[in-house]
Amino acid sequence: MDIKRFLKDICEAPGVSGYENHVGKVIKAALCQYCDEVRQDKMGNIVFYKKGNGISDRPRILLAAHMDEIGLMVTKIEEGGFLRFTAVGGIDPRTIVGQEVILYGKETLAGVIGAKPPHLTDEEERGKGHKLEDLHIDICLPEERVRKLVAPGDLAIIRRELIELAGNSVAAKALDDRAGIAVLLTCLKELERLQHTADVYAVATVQEEVGVRGAAVATYGIVPDIGIAVDVTHGEMPGVPDHEVSYIGKGPALTLGPNIHPKVGKELVRIAKEYRIPYQLEVTPGATGTDARAIQVTRGGIATGLVSIPLRYMHTSVELLDMDDIKQTGRLLAQFIAAVDRESVEGLSCY
Amino acid sequence: MKQLLKKLSEAYGPSGREEQVGRIIRDELESCVDEIYTDSTGNLYAVKKGTGAKIMVAAHMDEIGVIVTFIEEKGFLRFSNVGGVNPYVLLGQRMIFPNGTIGTVGMEKLEDIKKLTLEKLYIDIGAKDKEEAASKVKIGDVATYYRELGEAGNRFIGKAMDNRAGCAVLIKALQEMSKTDNEIYAVFTAQEEVGLRGSRTASYRLNPDLGLAVDVTLVGDTPEAPTMDVSLGKGPAIKVKDASVICHPKVKEMLEKLADKENIPYQLEVLVAGGTDAGAIHLSRDGVPSGVISIPCRYVHTPGEMVDQDDMLNAVRLLTAFLVQPLNMQEIFPCYLS
Amino acid sequence: MLLKRLTEAYGVSGDEGDIRHILKEELSSSAEEVYTDALGNLFFRKGKGRSAKVMLAAHMDEVGLIVVGFEKSGLLRAHKVGSIDDRVLVSKPVVVGKNKVPGVIGAKAVHLQKPSERKKAIDIDNLYIDLGVRSQDEAEKLVNLGDYVALSTKTREAGENCLIGKAFDDRVGCFLLAELFKEDFALDVTVVFTVQEEIGLRGSGAAAYSVHPDMAIVVEGTSASDVVGTKEAAHATTLGGGPAITLMDASYIAPQKTIDLFVQTAEKLGIPYQFRRSTTSGTDAGKISQTHSGILTGLVSVPCRYIHSPASIVNLDDVQNTLRLLKGVLNVIAEGGISIEAATEKVK
Repeated sequence: MDIKRFLKDICEAPGVSGYENHVGKVIKAALCQYCDEVRQDKMGNIVFYKKGNGISDRPRILLAAHMDEIGLMVTKIEEGGFLRFTAVGGIDPRTIVGQEVILYGKETLAGVIGAKPPHLTDEEERGKGHKLEDLHIDICLPEERVRKLVAPGDLAIIRRELIELAGNSVAAKALDDRAGIAVLLTCLKELERLQHTADVYAVATVQEEVGVRGAAVATYGIVPDIGIAVDVTHGEMPGVPDHEVSYIGKGPALTLGPNIHPKVGKELVRIAKEYRIPYQLEVTPGATGTDARAIQVTRGGIATGLVSIPLRYMHTSVELLDMDDIKQTGRLLAQFIAAVDRESVEGLSCY
Repeated sequence: MKQLLKKLSEAYGPSGREEQVGRIIRDELESCVDEIYTDSTGNLYAVKKGTGAKIMVAAHMDEIGVIVTFIEEKGFLRFSNVGGVNPYVLLGQRMIFPNGTIGTVGMEKLEDIKKLTLEKLYIDIGAKDKEEAASKVKIGDVATYYRELGEAGNRFIGKAMDNRAGCAVLIKALQEMSKTDNEIYAVFTAQEEVGLRGSRTASYRLNPDLGLAVDVTLVGDTPEAPTMDVSLGKGPAIKVKDASVICHPKVKEMLEKLADKENIPYQLEVLVAGGTDAGAIHLSRDGVPSGVISIPCRYVHTPGEMVDQDDMLNAVRLLTAFLVQPLNMQEIFPCYLS
Repeated sequence: MLLKRLTEAYGVSGDEGDIRHILKEELSSSAEEVYTDALGNLFFRKGKGRSAKVMLAAHMDEVGLIVVGFEKSGLLRAHKVGSIDDRVLVSKPVVVGKNKVPGVIGAKAVHLQKPSERKKAIDIDNLYIDLGVRSQDEAEKLVNLGDYVALSTKTREAGENCLIGKAFDDRVGCFLLAELFKEDFALDVTVVFTVQEEIGLRGSGAAAYSVHPDMAIVVEGTSASDVVGTKEAAHATTLGGGPAITLMDASYIAPQKTIDLFVQTAEKLGIPYQFRRSTTSGTDAGKISQTHSGILTGLVSVPCRYIHSPASIVNLDDVQNTLRLLKGVLNVIAEGGISIEAATEKVK
C-alpha cells in the first residue's frame, strides 16, 4: 500500500491513549502481511513479529512506535448540555479553540470547542490564552439528549483530515506518532527483501502520551536485546535556537545521550553513512520523553536507541512533516536490523 | 459498617508504618480467608484460595502524616511531610504518635499567612525541654491526625477515610461474599500516599490476571468544586481515568454492566489530578488489566474527610458481585483485533 | 589514594567509563565474578552461594553537561546532565569528551552586561564552553555533538581532616564499597556501581532486577547544609557529625528494621551518627526497594557540603566512620542479626 495513503488512514482514525483499538485495527490490516505473527498484549500493544533467518539463538530487536494520540475526555455535563473536558496527554488549550471535534458517545457526534465569546470578555482577558477549564464542547443538542448520549469518560478528538502540502509535506493530527507507525510499515516492507538474523518485534505501543506506559509492559513481555523507539521530534522554527531542533526533510534525527546505548547510537550513524541515508544528530541530556525512556530501564536494562522524524507544531491538529523522512527512517532501521548478529548483541553488555 | 470504619479510621497508620492498621484488619479477616501474610514493603495479604481467575484487589491502608526530623532545645518537634500534607490544614491540629503521645501544631510568628510552609510549623507535645521530648518521641517517628470518627446523618466525618473507607469496603466484601472459584488476593497496601509503592511490589509478587483498586475519589458537588461529575451519596464511582491510570475499557465496562444488572447506583469518574494503586498494578510485569471502584469523599487529606454510608454499602455490593462472578480470562481479554 | 583518584576522574551520567575502569583495576582481583550490563552498571560478586545475598550499591555518575551545539565562533552550547544550580557553573574549568579537551565556562563579562542583567542569575542559555578555538570547524575537530562535559577539580586536603573536591556524591560511596569489598564477610555480596542516578535513578532498578538480592544497602553522598545563615532544624546533615541515616526521602521510606540495624550497630561500636533531616530528593534506595516483590533496603550517607558543585567538602572522619558502620552492619547481617524475609511473613 502507498505509504501516504496508509498514513492518511491511520492519522484520521481515532486512537486516544487507552482507547487505541480503532486505529489498531487499521494498523494491523496493513502491517500483518509483512510479518509472521501478530498478537496483542493485555495492555493493548500490538506486536508484529517477523522471524529472522538465524538458525538458533537469534537476537531480538524491538521497534516501538506509539499508536495513541492526545485527545479530550468529558469530565462533566453542565446545564444546557455543554460538556466540560480534560486533556488526555499534553494539550495546549490555545490550539483547540474554534476546532471541530468528533465526540464518541453512545453515538458518534459532531461538535465544536467553544469559549465565552470575545465581545463578552474584557480587554485584559482577551490578552490571555484560554485555559482548559474555560472551554467546553458544544454538540448542539438539548441537555436531555446530551445526558442520554454522553457520559463522563467519553472521548473526543479534533476533526482533521490529512492535508497534502507543497512537495512531499503533509499536515495532519496525530502524526505524533502515526508517522512512526508508517516507519514500521516501511521498515517491515524493506526487510522482505533483506536477510536478517535477528527476530524483529515491531510494536504499535499504547499510552505513550500519558507516561510511556505501553512500551514498559511490551518490553517486559518481549525481553529484547535491543529496543529502538521511533518517534517524532521538533522541526526548525524561527526563534528557536538551532541546537534545539532538527531540520524537516533532512532525514531521521538520531538521538545521543544517556538514554541511548552508545554502541546502538554509533551503529545507527554508521549504517546511515554506509547506505547514504541522510541523518541528523540530536542530543538529549537525560531520559527522553519517548518510549525509549521506558524501554531502557525494563527488567535488567535494555540497550536502547531512538530515531525521530522531524515535525513542526507538535501536539496540534496541523502537525507537519516531510514524507521522505519517513521513508529514510524506515530504510535506516531495516539496514540496521540486517546488520545485527549474536556477536554484536553480546558486545552490548561489555563496557 | 460504622463500628468497623470507626476502628479503622481512628487507628494509627501513616505510610511506611502501617502495622497497627494491619493488625485490626487481620483480626477482622482471620476467620474468613485461607491465608494472611505481610511483606517487606508493609503490605498485608488476605487470600481466598480458588481455582479460577486470580484477582488482586488493593485498598491502601496508609494515611498521610508528618515525620519528626529534629527536636529543638526547648522540646519542640520539627517535621517534614509524609504524603500530601497541606500546611494550612495542619495548623492547629492535634497529632498523635504511635506510642500515644499527642501534640498540637504551632506556627512561628508570620507577617503574612500566605507564606506559611511546613518549615514554619512545629509540634508541641508539652515537653519542657529536648530531653523530655526525646524520651517520648524519637527522630523518625511519624505522627498522624488525632481525631475521632463523627457521624453526620448518614455520613461519616473523620481522618484517614482515604483510604480506611476502602479498607472497610474490602473487608466487608470478603466477609460477606458467597462462594466463588476465583482466587482472590485482597491486598491492604502500604505506602500508596508516597507513590503507589506497596501495590507496585505486591502486584509484581502476585502477577494477577486482573487488578482492582478500592480507593476514595474527589467530588464535584461542593461550592466551587473542581469540575467533575461525582457527588457524595450517588453511589460508588467507577473510574475511567486519573493521572496514574486509564482503566482498562473492558474492566470499566464489566463494572458498569454489573452495577446495571444488580441495580446498584454508580457514577463515572474522571479525576484530573491524583492517582491510585491501579496505576502501579496495571503496569506490573507485562501488564495487568485493571479497574477501580471509588468511594466519593469530600475534603480529602484533611482530618474532616467525609464519606456516605450508602456509597460504601453499595461499593461493597458492587465489589462482591465482581469478585464472585465467573471470569474466563481468555474470553474477557481476547486479541480483539482478530 | 583511591578516593582522590575516583573523585578527580570524570563520569557524567551516561559516560561512567573512566570510573568503571578504575574500579575494575582496583577490585577485579578480589572478586569471583565481574560483569557489566547493557546500561553500564558494574558488578563485583564474592561469597557466591552463602546464605544471605546482599547487594551494596553506590552510583558512579556525577552531574555535568553535554554538548548540544556549536556556535560559528567555535563556542560550544551545552545542556545540564542532572540537577546543577545554574549559578555555580560560570567561570569553571571543564573537560570535554573522550579526549578530555580542556575548556572553561564563560559568560558575557560583567562590564558588557546591562545593569538589569547584572542582578540576574546567569542561566545555562547564556553560558558557553570555550575551548580556545576560533571557529566551529576547529571546535568540531576537537569535540563531537553529544560529548559529555565534566567539571574539573583537583581533590585536595584542607582544614581539619577535610577534603575539597568534586563528585563526592557519590564517589565517596564508590570508595567505601571498594574498601568493603576487599574484606571478607560471611555473606554472598554483590557490589554494584550504578549508572545514571543523577538523571532519575535509572541504573539501579535494572541492577537490582538482575542481582535480586535478599537485602540491599545503598551508600550515598548527601547534602550537609550546616552553614552560616541556616537554622539547625534545616540542616539536612552536619559535616563531621558521622554517617547520616536516612529515615525518608522523596523516593523511599526506611523500614524501621534497617534504621534500627544502623542505629544499634553504631551505638554498639561507639560510632557517631546522625539522621538526615531533609526528606527531599530521591536515591537509588527508592528504586531498589521497589524492584521485584520489594527488596529490604537501607540507606546511609556521608555528609557533603556544597554538593553538586565543583568545590564540595567532605570530612574524612565521616568517611571512616561510615566505613566502620558499614563493616559492623555487614557483620550483624552475616550473624543473622536482622530477619531478612525470604518470601513473606506471618503477621505478628
